[in-house]
Amino acid sequence: MSAPAETTEAPAPARASEPRGAPLLSVAGVKTYYGKIIALKGVDLEVNEGEIVTLIGANGAGKSTLMMTICGSPQAREGRIVFDGRDITRMATHDIMRLRIAQSPEGRRIFARMTVYENLQMGAAIDGNAHFDADLERMFELFPRLKERINQRGGTLSGGEQQMLAIARALMSRPRLLLLDEPSLGLAPLVVRQIFEVIRDLNASEGLTVFLVEQNAYHALKLAHRGYVLVNGLITLSGTGRELLERPEVKAAYLEGGR
Amino acid sequence: MEVFLQQLINGLTLGSIYGLIAIGYTMVFGIIGMVNFAHGDVFMVSAFIGLICVLLLTTVLGMSSIFLILAITLVVAMLFTSLVSWTIERVAYRPLRGSFRLAPMISAIGMSIFLSNFVQVAQGPRNKPLPPMVPDVIVLMERNGYQVTLAYKQLIIMAVTALLLVGFWWLVQKTPLGRAQRACEQDRKMAALLGVNVDRTISLTFVIGAALAAVAGVMYLMYYGVVNFADGFVPGVKAFTAAVLGGIGSLPGAVLGGLLIGLIETLWSAYFSIEYKDVAAFSILVLVLIFMPQGLLGRPDVEKV
Repeated sequence: MSAPAETTEAPAPARASEPRGAPLLSVAGVKTYYGKIIALKGVDLEVNEGEIVTLIGANGAGKSTLMMTICGSPQAREGRIVFDGRDITRMATHDIMRLRIAQSPEGRRIFARMTVYENLQMGAAIDGNAHFDADLERMFELFPRLKERINQRGGTLSGGEQQMLAIARALMSRPRLLLLDEPSLGLAPLVVRQIFEVIRDLNASEGLTVFLVEQNAYHALKLAHRGYVLVNGLITLSGTGRELLERPEVKAAYLEGGR
Repeated sequence: MEVFLQQLINGLTLGSIYGLIAIGYTMVFGIIGMVNFAHGDVFMVSAFIGLICVLLLTTVLGMSSIFLILAITLVVAMLFTSLVSWTIERVAYRPLRGSFRLAPMISAIGMSIFLSNFVQVAQGPRNKPLPPMVPDVIVLMERNGYQVTLAYKQLIIMAVTALLLVGFWWLVQKTPLGRAQRACEQDRKMAALLGVNVDRTISLTFVIGAALAAVAGVMYLMYYGVVNFADGFVPGVKAFTAAVLGGIGSLPGAVLGGLLIGLIETLWSAYFSIEYKDVAAFSILVLVLIFMPQGLLGRPDVEKV
């Protein structure tokens, strides 16, 4: 069941200063199938409160599948996913999200025929928009572009704006765990840097826990406290972001030309 | 001119009824991509519920205030019809979600046959008449012995429809439920990722569609004063035509399509042939599907993904 991690020399350290309790999210032996095709072959990983954890891997490795499996869509066929001490493996997607996990998914999935404002309202839907106005102001501070576009339809935004909206929409639910699936995909380097800065700031100032999936391995590993490498549905490496950046396998497979 | 004006009034009345039914088709299609063929029969069932309610109120309780009777009947018909539609979705459609695309549609045809046959057995196959409820008319103008009239019941139908549409528009555009519904319509998976209970939202869509159809059913009953177990089919298909004409999936389109089909049908009856009025309506369906499948207000789907 447990993933045959090829080389795990450093036992995934958390930030030195923090006491380690139970992880906020733990994924153990998770196998996910699409029909008869196996996409995740027994994944184990942990995300601690207050951490930024990055998962890197090639196309088709199962990164997005893992993100969606955490959210119960599709559900894991085997293994256990525990969030904040609660087994969420068999819970319905909307119930999982109500535990304050938020995802900015692959492809952004902005509601194209809704305005930016309505998209953000949807983000805050789980608590009936109770803190909506205050949170909206916060999003405008983080992403001033959204303020200019507030009454525009989601489908008319540029790719970068849509990505900002997707992240803002996820943040509107005041998540305890933010799942970000390839926020840099298809964006100009400047926008990528801006988005990564927002993530770092939120983590530093509010202790937001982030689980980030990226192909842009260099920036993602620099940003993260810890990272995992996913190959063909299995975790093959793990360690701190810095350690992974130094690994020859990582350099060869993910960093050539990656900066 | 007088004939035209009169037919305009008649057409708008009929069109209101079609529009109310068409919303149910278009909403369900929008959210789960399925044509709910049982919707016409849900409309028919609502007319029967209305009939029973009116008879109970007048004969058993001896009520005489027409407006009170009408109001109570509307509420009762909306409640029961919603329940019927909710049950149908739960029993006949939800278990088939995730199955192949045609499965729920075939199930819907089955539900349609079931409903009309059930009413035939339970209520008998003959026309069920109702004593005329609101017989008064307003004479708008008179020329050469031809009166253009607006019946009170036509006025009621148009007013109730307009009021309902405003409320409905508010529900869809301004409330969290309407927002969740539109979100599910665009991307069910993403809606779930934002904590929306998709199954519940779909159920509520059926309930809202049925409630509007129930209003149409009671209006139909009041207008024609008679209802029959087979009355779900033709108005149902015409309302479906209206939804297609307006652009299936589009709510304003459904209302516009309903009004247009109502007008086309009555004008055709007045100027050409009343026997061929159904042919006129259904020719529209064929023509729209061939030449303009996205309908009048349908979305062209050019959004950036």
